[in-house]
Amino acid sequence: MIELKGLHKSYITGNNKLHVLKGLDLTIEQGELVSVMGSSGSGKSTLLNVLGILDSYDEGYYKLNNTLMSNLSEKKAAQYRNHMLGFVFQSFNLISFKNAVENVALPLYYQGVNRKKRNKIALEYLDRMGLKDWAEHMPNEMSGGQKQRVAIARAMISKPKVILADEPTGALDSQTSLEVMDLFREINSTGITIIIVTHEKDISEKTDRIIHIKDGIIGSEIISTRKISETIGSYRNQ
Amino acid sequence: MFDLDKWQEIFSTIRKNKLRTFLTGFSVAWGIFMLIILLGSGRGLENGVTKQFEQDATNSIWIYRGQTSMPYKGLKPGRRILFTNEDYENSKREIKNIDNLSSRLSIFQQRILSYKNEYGNFDIIGVHPGTKSLENVKIIEGRFLNDIDINTNRKAVAISTDVKKTLFKDKPFLGEYININKIPFIVIGLFEDSSERDNQRVYIPVSTAQKIFTGGTEIQNIAFTTGDATVKESMELENEIRSSFAVRHKFDKDDQRALFINNNVEQYTKFLNLFAGIRMFVWIIGIGTIIAGIVGVSNIMLIVVKERTKEIGIRKAIGATPRSIIGLVLLESILITGFAGYVGLVLGVGLLELISPHIQSDFFTNPEADFRIAVSATILLIFSGALAGFVPARKAARIKPIEALRDE
Repeated sequence: MIELKGLHKSYITGNNKLHVLKGLDLTIEQGELVSVMGSSGSGKSTLLNVLGILDSYDEGYYKLNNTLMSNLSEKKAAQYRNHMLGFVFQSFNLISFKNAVENVALPLYYQGVNRKKRNKIALEYLDRMGLKDWAEHMPNEMSGGQKQRVAIARAMISKPKVILADEPTGALDSQTSLEVMDLFREINSTGITIIIVTHEKDISEKTDRIIHIKDGIIGSEIISTRKISETIGSYRNQ
Repeated sequence: MFDLDKWQEIFSTIRKNKLRTFLTGFSVAWGIFMLIILLGSGRGLENGVTKQFEQDATNSIWIYRGQTSMPYKGLKPGRRILFTNEDYENSKREIKNIDNLSSRLSIFQQRILSYKNEYGNFDIIGVHPGTKSLENVKIIEGRFLNDIDINTNRKAVAISTDVKKTLFKDKPFLGEYININKIPFIVIGLFEDSSERDNQRVYIPVSTAQKIFTGGTEIQNIAFTTGDATVKESMELENEIRSSFAVRHKFDKDDQRALFINNNVEQYTKFLNLFAGIRMFVWIIGIGTIIAGIVGVSNIMLIVVKERTKEIGIRKAIGATPRSIIGLVLLESILITGFAGYVGLVLGVGLLELISPHIQSDFFTNPEADFRIAVSATILLIFSGALAGFVPARKAARIKPIEALRDE
């Protein structure tokens, strides 16, 4: 699903050149639930931006769903984002003057789906998040967990191949964090690839694979203890 | 364009910033308001002056007698120049490319007109038929004087609508006889002159006037029209006339006071140019005012874009194309400019309509903003709205989602 090979990316600010990604190789298969960890400055945000087609890269290649993502026009990039990717952010990033349904429906607006139809679909997704009763509420009337679930519904409505989540639990308490992670797992079980950037160990433990980024390359990849115990469990059952 | 969502977006941001939107709109409305008032007033001035000119043919040249101010061939200054039929005949023979040549003789003694028991005091003027075109009179009924009237010294009279009202009221008048200084004249026609003063007249053949009232061959002035002569041609004509009269009446042709020539061609063209100048001036001022408004709108839109950076970033992250972002900002800008401008337009036209009946004077009539001005103003508004939105919209389209979404 995702294939990165020898990816380089540097930022130029004035005379300084900051080499962030230094030949990163990464392959993520369809249906994986992956977490990306790394200390501040390790390049994990940059990686996420490249994966999200929000930023370009200098060297190497990035294939999403077997399509090479390079030299894209802004319009083309916007279309790929719209159709293949869903974003979930730490600070939710809902549009404040739109209610829950309108926020969820927004990606469909950019696909040219008419208002009535997209609001109907949006309501279905809110229902799946258990937020049907909150459909007409504005973001500032909701709790953090609710907002994040609205944001997840928005990420899912365009039936993306990959959901990219940047610190999705960073602004939530631990109980809500667990609920959100359960939600991600549930979504993942429908076959959608999910990549979560986090610095919380217990969050990453809930994913199947943990990728550590260090100095712009993959430091280590570990199968999470959860996956191991799952695998062991399945052996035992044999 | 008529996507409800887009409009909803725009209205929601406008609603959120009422005062700011109002202040921005106000500057545009004010600009358009001033433009309309200025253009309307310019038009009023133009209408007034054009009307003044239309009382006489705009291509006419009028020659009046004067008094010499320079000695010439042993003759002392201070001599009065007198015109006679000879001047008319000579002019007719000598001056090329002229029409409607007419001499004029006002009867100054008694000016009493009567019909049965009705009396009136009006100007009695002996003329040639060309006066019809020179004075730009409109024949309402019957006819104006013709050459036969002149050649046969006929006692015929053309009366103005004012004269008819005084003498005849609503009674039939064609073929009736009115008394001019107790001498009966047959009424041959009714005319109307848009100049109030010139409508207080009756015209009789100049030959008849000389025979009956003044005796001799004296006339007071001569006038003619010049067809479609240019200003330059009309001025050459003027010189030609001056030389010809100078020889005949023995005065220095540089003596400006011996002969007065009123060249309407020259003056009319001067006024036309003046008004073209005024119009241009008004547009420049108006557009300057509007530009100030546009800069205001543009500024506000920049702030709006700045404030909405995050929102635009979100939109781009979930698939908004740069074009849709530009559309969003541009439409808002056009909406504010268009609406505010329209309000200014309506207020300006309204004010003109309101005050125009109260400020009618000879040189200022019907200040108005016509349809063409309204259309130009509308086009100007949409264009300026787009212009005002363009820079902020481009800025918005260039927002990088990563930067916009970075958590502070």
